[in-house]
Amino acid sequence: MERVVRHFQEELEALQGRLLEMGGLAEERVRLAVQGLVERDTGLLDGVLQHDEPINELHIEIDNRCFKLLALHQPVATDLRAIVAAVKINTDLERVGDLAVNIAEAAKRYLVHPPVKQLIDIPRMGDIAQSMLRDSLDSFVRRDIGLAHQVLNEDDELDGLKTQIFRELLTFMLQAPATVEPALDLILVSRHLERIGDHATNIAEDVIFMVSALDVRHHAPTHPQA
Amino acid sequence: MSSTARTIPSLASVASRQQAEPSDPVAPTKIEAESLDFFYGTTRALEGITLRIRTNVVTAFIGPSGCGKSTFLRTMNRMNDIIPGTRVTGGLRIDGHDIYAPGVDVVALRRRIGMVFQKSNPFPKSIFENIAYGLHVNGMAGSKADVAARVEESLRQAALWDEVKDRLQTSALALSGGQQQRLCIARALAIRPEVLLMDEPASALDPIATQRIEELIYDLKKTYTIVIVTHSMQQAARVSDYTAFFWLGRLVEYDRTDQIFTAPTEKLTEDYVTGRFG
Repeated sequence: MERVVRHFQEELEALQGRLLEMGGLAEERVRLAVQGLVERDTGLLDGVLQHDEPINELHIEIDNRCFKLLALHQPVATDLRAIVAAVKINTDLERVGDLAVNIAEAAKRYLVHPPVKQLIDIPRMGDIAQSMLRDSLDSFVRRDIGLAHQVLNEDDELDGLKTQIFRELLTFMLQAPATVEPALDLILVSRHLERIGDHATNIAEDVIFMVSALDVRHHAPTHPQA
Repeated sequence: MSSTARTIPSLASVASRQQAEPSDPVAPTKIEAESLDFFYGTTRALEGITLRIRTNVVTAFIGPSGCGKSTFLRTMNRMNDIIPGTRVTGGLRIDGHDIYAPGVDVVALRRRIGMVFQKSNPFPKSIFENIAYGLHVNGMAGSKADVAARVEESLRQAALWDEVKDRLQTSALALSGGQQQRLCIARALAIRPEVLLMDEPASALDPIATQRIEELIYDLKKTYTIVIVTHSMQQAARVSDYTAFFWLGRLVEYDRTDQIFTAPTEKLTEDYVTGRFG
């Protein structure tokens, strides 16, 4: 029993390490995509577009690790919740990686045109989305429900900024039809950043479930079996 | 103990929170223990057990060796009476009647509360006689045809009939281990008990025989109240509706099995089911 448990524990820790690695990669790509847009640096954007493989490989590797742990160790209770959470977090992180690519694509299209306006709210959204992502992963590592709840609260700010950006760009588009195309790309970028916040929220919810067995999704704190 | 093991909390922290009811009691109570203590001489093997076992469900008892789960199982049909120097205090009621009250007919009690042991123990007789014997001893044998019908019924209930119907007169000892265990279950069922106590019924069997016993338990709970002691956590998770976790002679947690194996309330339970100790 002792040896088996240690083996399982080591596998679980390795799984956690790989998830964090994936989280770091996803967060970095979001940072580079937003930076490329703000600094009008197509080289950075190309880097985001061309280096999707490590995240995709980790996505598959992490799923395989989870499958093996479930099949070989039949975990229960907190261990089971940790692995189920890992499967879901893995999917969220892979989507964040995809969204970084989407941002880079929209940014490249945007940079073909003259700037519509000075970008203030979009980098702010980028900072918040990255911080939510970072905090959600920290809450996972530290089993910190308080931090996970903080991530859930931050999502409202991101949603508010997205709405604000849309309204502002709408006025630009109404005044100058030539700005429609680049403004739409900025709206898309804000939409992608808002989605990244949603994925960080999902991760935080998974952390709360993993630690406390409480399902807080859809604003309804219930026990999973209730 | 593993180097990764967490610290085991003190027993005192769980004793006061002992739970007599699972979180969603639906079926009526069949067996009810109240502040039950059990002593082997001066050694207290069970301490303050209070729990209610529901009718026609499977209740699993889990816990490390020596935690008292088998002792508690055996108090339910007074099997411990045969061990000298044992003593029970507190209440143990079946259908509301105290089974330790003076004047209780222990033989009649054991007829209602059947038992299956870890090691199959068929009599050195034919398959047929193994089952008919209990009927004769208990004065339940009617005509020959009645006995034959009851033997068939029991063997069918124990999912053994198709395998032995053509050789009922051969020795039970010629059966495989899994078949012998199912024969013992059939023998227990023949006298139509209300409760079936199973003390690690599959621990000596291979995976296929184990699966058959587990399927059998699943079928039998429609008719019987089943209490099973098992060392296999997976088995408890697979077959039982409710699980009670015992530790050092106390009941630590008692709840729906899915609850125990996904989100137990007590840290001790968590540590045990995840293999952190035991």
